[in-house]
Amino acid sequence: MATVRRTWWRTALGLLFTAVMLFPLYWMLNVSFTQRSAIRNADLFPRHFTLDHYQVVLHQQLPFLGTSLVVGLGTVALTLVISAPAGYALSKLLVPGRRALSFVLLVAQMIPAVVMALGFYTIYTRLGILDTLPGLILADSTIAVPFGVMLFVAFMSGIPRELLQAAEIDGASTWRTFRSVVMPIARNSAVTVGLFAFLWAWSDFLFASSLNRGGGKLRPITMGLYDYIGSQNQEWGPLMATAVLASVPTAILLIVAQRYVAAGVTAGAIKD
Amino acid sequence: MSTGVTTVTARRSAPSGEHERGRRRGLRPTQWAGIGFVAPLVVYLVVLYAYPLYENVSMSLHRFTRATFVTGQAPFVGFDVYREVIGSPQFWPTVRQTAVFVVVSLVFQYAIGLGLAVFFRRSFPLSSLLRGLFLVPWLLPIIVSATTWQWMMDADSGVINRFLGLFGADPVWWLNAQHSLMSVTIANIWLGIPFNLVILYSGLQNIPTDLYEAASLDGAGAWRQFWHVTFPLLRPVTAITLLLGFVYTLKVVDIIWIMTLGTGSSQTLATWAYAMAFGKGASSVIRYSQASVLGTILLLIALVMGFVYLVVQRRQED
Repeated sequence: MATVRRTWWRTALGLLFTAVMLFPLYWMLNVSFTQRSAIRNADLFPRHFTLDHYQVVLHQQLPFLGTSLVVGLGTVALTLVISAPAGYALSKLLVPGRRALSFVLLVAQMIPAVVMALGFYTIYTRLGILDTLPGLILADSTIAVPFGVMLFVAFMSGIPRELLQAAEIDGASTWRTFRSVVMPIARNSAVTVGLFAFLWAWSDFLFASSLNRGGGKLRPITMGLYDYIGSQNQEWGPLMATAVLASVPTAILLIVAQRYVAAGVTAGAIKD
Repeated sequence: MSTGVTTVTARRSAPSGEHERGRRRGLRPTQWAGIGFVAPLVVYLVVLYAYPLYENVSMSLHRFTRATFVTGQAPFVGFDVYREVIGSPQFWPTVRQTAVFVVVSLVFQYAIGLGLAVFFRRSFPLSSLLRGLFLVPWLLPIIVSATTWQWMMDADSGVINRFLGLFGADPVWWLNAQHSLMSVTIANIWLGIPFNLVILYSGLQNIPTDLYEAASLDGAGAWRQFWHVTFPLLRPVTAITLLLGFVYTLKVVDIIWIMTLGTGSSQTLATWAYAMAFGKGASSVIRYSQASVLGTILLLIALVMGFVYLVVQRRQED
């Protein structure tokens, strides 16, 4: 009886902590559903309920959402193509200078994006690929590639050697082993890497605001939101509705892909 | 939902796992296969990391102006721009603000993250769901969170001032020049809690439960167990958490930029570089060379931190 009471108490406290932590997100939803005239009342729930903000915003932001989707998927593809083979090589094959490469990947994750943005800006101006989607995809992928390689290395070094040797005895080439043996096993890691690559590209503000300022409608949703922030008379209703739209993929991915992520977590946990 | 565990454990275990592999290699494929598989990554790193960074450093040693892009003229000036930037009246105040932002963020993120990790260590009904929900702020676009904080901190109609008003407090001008450093630090602490919670929680999982049993047999209460078992055994994880937290906080731009445009006391080295590079906010004029000087300084700090990370990790392996 005493234990039941104690855990109940912990659950109540846990709910309280979570409510405090998630309050800003609740507030975003609350404002997005409140009529324009009532927003400044700061009511605790949308007493003057409306869907108008969403109606306005959905129409305006659709091109930006589409662009973000394209940039996100492009970044996922590029990240996987580069990081999966590299992860295989660094975990299972002979690579000269492997330790140095690992160090480079570690430092790469620590470099401030603003430094990268400045360098990209100069290069892109010279090459004429400023304000283009491929340019933005290339830049966004730099957030995810080092992480991707390190995650694949961590997972793939746990694949039993015997499996790869068996494939070799059957006459499979290294490429064939990679494609037909290693990648199917590492599928969950690939989903995890892809998921994070997508979320980071979707969330990116810095590269989009510096390398894709003049992209017009071909700019990601973070820029659609930033346009609202930058305007002189800030309309908080549509602004918050846009913020909610920009958060949707995070929510969907968390719900739909949770299974894969959980599998990736177990793999990571075993390594530890 | 606890995606971060993968991130963290993978990041920490990657070098050691691979290190171990290197010693007992069963299979010996040709080196060519390895080189072939790693070649795209090497090309990628050279083109998309080394080249932009080289451009950045080179720009800091030349005098770049807006006209440079038209005329191609950027005279080499050595360390002149470095002297100008470091000698400017804004430099040391900005360094101080950056230090306050980083240190205060780290202290609170770590303390709150650790408190929550200890709280969630013993499972209770709904504990894994709630722990999962704690990660949501981490995975949302920062611009979304920053915008929401900006509105919550509005002086007239923000919910925070309304709440403080219930206790008779005067409205705080959160986002003005004087208070903006405090405000962006608060928002940044909130953003960093999930990361600290995840790493420290996974660190707690590795502490054997029999140590706690032994401690409680010896009559140690929860408080003493924390200070004599949890905290000392968590020291390696703490070192990594603070180190990564330092690096991540130092490079923060977007949360500050969205809330205050890096104006007033909220200007840090990173936002100052961003403002000068793209001629926004505190710097209405584009100053490429000055921005890249700050960029190079940040780059050097990242490099040093990379070495520190290696040293810390190697010492922990021994």
